Amino acid sequence: MSDTLEIKDLKATVDGHEILKGLSLTVPKGEVHAIMGPNGSGKSTLAKVMAGHEDYEVTGGSVLMDGEELFDMDVDERSRAGFFLAFQYPLEIPGVSNANFLRAARQARLPEGEEIDAVAFYKEMYARMDELGMDRKFTGRSVNEGFSGGEKKRNEILQMVMLDPKYAVLDETDSGLDIDALKVVAHGVNAMRSPERGFLVITHYQRLLDYIVPDVVHVLFDGRIVKTGGKDLALKLEAEGYDWVKDEVLANA
Amino acid sequence: MTQTEESVWIDAPPVQDLDLEMPEWYQAFQKASWDRFRELPVATRKDEDWRYADLKKSRFEKLYPVQSATVPGTVDTKPLDNTIAHFVFVNGELVDFDVSNLPDGLICAPINNAISEGGDRLKPYFDVDAKRLGDEKFAALNGAATNYGIFVYAPKNLEVDGSIFVQHYVSGESAPVFPRTLIIADNNAKVSVIERFESLDDSTPGLSVGVCDLHADHGGIVQHVLVQDLNKSSKQVHLGTSRSGKDSSIKSVILNLGSAWTRNESINRMTEDGANTKLYGANLANELQEFDQRTLQIHDAQHTTSDLLIKNALYDKSRVIFGGLIQVLPGAHHTDSYQSCRNLIGSEEAEINAMPGLEIDADQVRCSHGATSGQISDEEIFYLRSRGIPTDEARRIVSCGFLAEAFSKIENPQLVEWLSGMIADKFDSI
Repeated sequence: MSDTLEIKDLKATVDGHEILKGLSLTVPKGEVHAIMGPNGSGKSTLAKVMAGHEDYEVTGGSVLMDGEELFDMDVDERSRAGFFLAFQYPLEIPGVSNANFLRAARQARLPEGEEIDAVAFYKEMYARMDELGMDRKFTGRSVNEGFSGGEKKRNEILQMVMLDPKYAVLDETDSGLDIDALKVVAHGVNAMRSPERGFLVITHYQRLLDYIVPDVVHVLFDGRIVKTGGKDLALKLEAEGYDWVKDEVLANA
Repeated sequence: MTQTEESVWIDAPPVQDLDLEMPEWYQAFQKASWDRFRELPVATRKDEDWRYADLKKSRFEKLYPVQSATVPGTVDTKPLDNTIAHFVFVNGELVDFDVSNLPDGLICAPINNAISEGGDRLKPYFDVDAKRLGDEKFAALNGAATNYGIFVYAPKNLEVDGSIFVQHYVSGESAPVFPRTLIIADNNAKVSVIERFESLDDSTPGLSVGVCDLHADHGGIVQHVLVQDLNKSSKQVHLGTSRSGKDSSIKSVILNLGSAWTRNESINRMTEDGANTKLYGANLANELQEFDQRTLQIHDAQHTTSDLLIKNALYDKSRVIFGGLIQVLPGAHHTDSYQSCRNLIGSEEAEINAMPGLEIDADQVRCSHGATSGQISDEEIFYLRSRGIPTDEARRIVSCGFLAEAFSKIENPQLVEWLSGMIADKFDSI
């Protein structure tokens, strides 16, 4: 189906252990879906598998982005095709300035032989940084090097804004953020919500969902989606924890 | 020493006829240097300062007298924006210069002019017996044969923004040049010099044996940048020293891209309390290139600080040698000194030998030294690829970044960009 990010019966292993055991969900464009789940349920594995990290082996199922198989594309092709992952732990790239990094990512999206318009690029980057409350000094600093946790996450959002993906997966973007940084990051995401874009927000805590209000909440447990509901589901999980979900799963087993 | 080695060495250097217009002390210095050159043995395998070096590369089969210079049409005379003076030497001959933006009071001239006009004033800066790190013979050769170079003197309290840019071109079969650089910042003066070595063609073997001495007096600030981009048939020996006085600061930056073989020495003395030196170097080696760097940080006063960061990236069958020593002399209490050599190994056939060292004879000293080697992190490449950057480009960006990080503490973005650009240009050919 086009205009959706469709994960179908996804199975994946890491070091021979099956982590995803037939995960299915569909994010239509224009919607924000949240995935919540206890530690070890497979949340970050899902994110890494979709991005194409080589430590994870896909053993079954598929992920279709607007009808196109993600797993038929290389890591960098996925990004250029419109997939974006905001990392839980963004990497530090010594000696590579933030500006040059973003510029290379934008350049990679241009046809062969076409040069990026540097002036327009900087102008746009500065405007986006202003919106995210990022100081200009971050353009010259090495990517994420010496950044605080909040600065790194803000930088992920800056990359997302500059790369304008069709679908964005946010992997525990709230972890390590104080409430002010959380609000800034949420504001950046909310400003990007559009009928042309889908979001999958992975989080352990409901707190983030106070600021990025999801259309649909999925509960991931033991490698599968075991419950899907509205935003109230997140509140119930926050209030009652995950035990009742586990009990339901076990009762149905 | 074998007969063969001796005959090669003695026949080799194109000794200058003594210039009778030069001051007597200088003629004596040249003669003493020549005598010393003849007396000194060539380096051997047993010499600790030549450990791991390919000694064959330090021998010169033949050297011809320099050809008279021709002004090349290909000289790249586009310096940085903030260039306050510009000199272009071809085979030691000044072929072009522009000093129209030189600030009042700053002395900047070809060194032979400065010597001949300076009476005895420069005599203390020419010491035949100056300490070296195994390159005494090359230093003596330079002393005997030097015929050109740049002299810079920033008088008291003159803080100069912008840089003096000196281009050295080597041209002709086995043509040797013997440049000498002398930079002095008097009390509270500040000055910056950038020197770049290039060949005029891609294949003719040339040789540069250079000496560069930096001096900063009380509160003085000196920055010296050396870019070596000779063709891959050429060789370079570059012997740097620095002396920092009270509360002064000297920063040396070295970028090695070209040449078949380069030997760098850097001896940095902090002689008075509060002195500071920095040495930042990046070496990008490929094919059969060999870069050999020996450094010494000498703390000879209290509360002195130094920082050394050398970054090497090696490809193909290239070799890099780093020998570094921090010496904290007796009484140099409260020294704060760092030395780090980090290496990116891009080929199984490349070879790095890093020998960091420490000698501490004082109290309340903080020193750290170390060397690391590794490959590009897969996680970093994955991160770049996840942003749409193709694998090859991601590797290039991360590798360039690795080397450029050596310059991250230079507080001049345009200079850093210029250096990084040259690194990127060479990476494009690897």
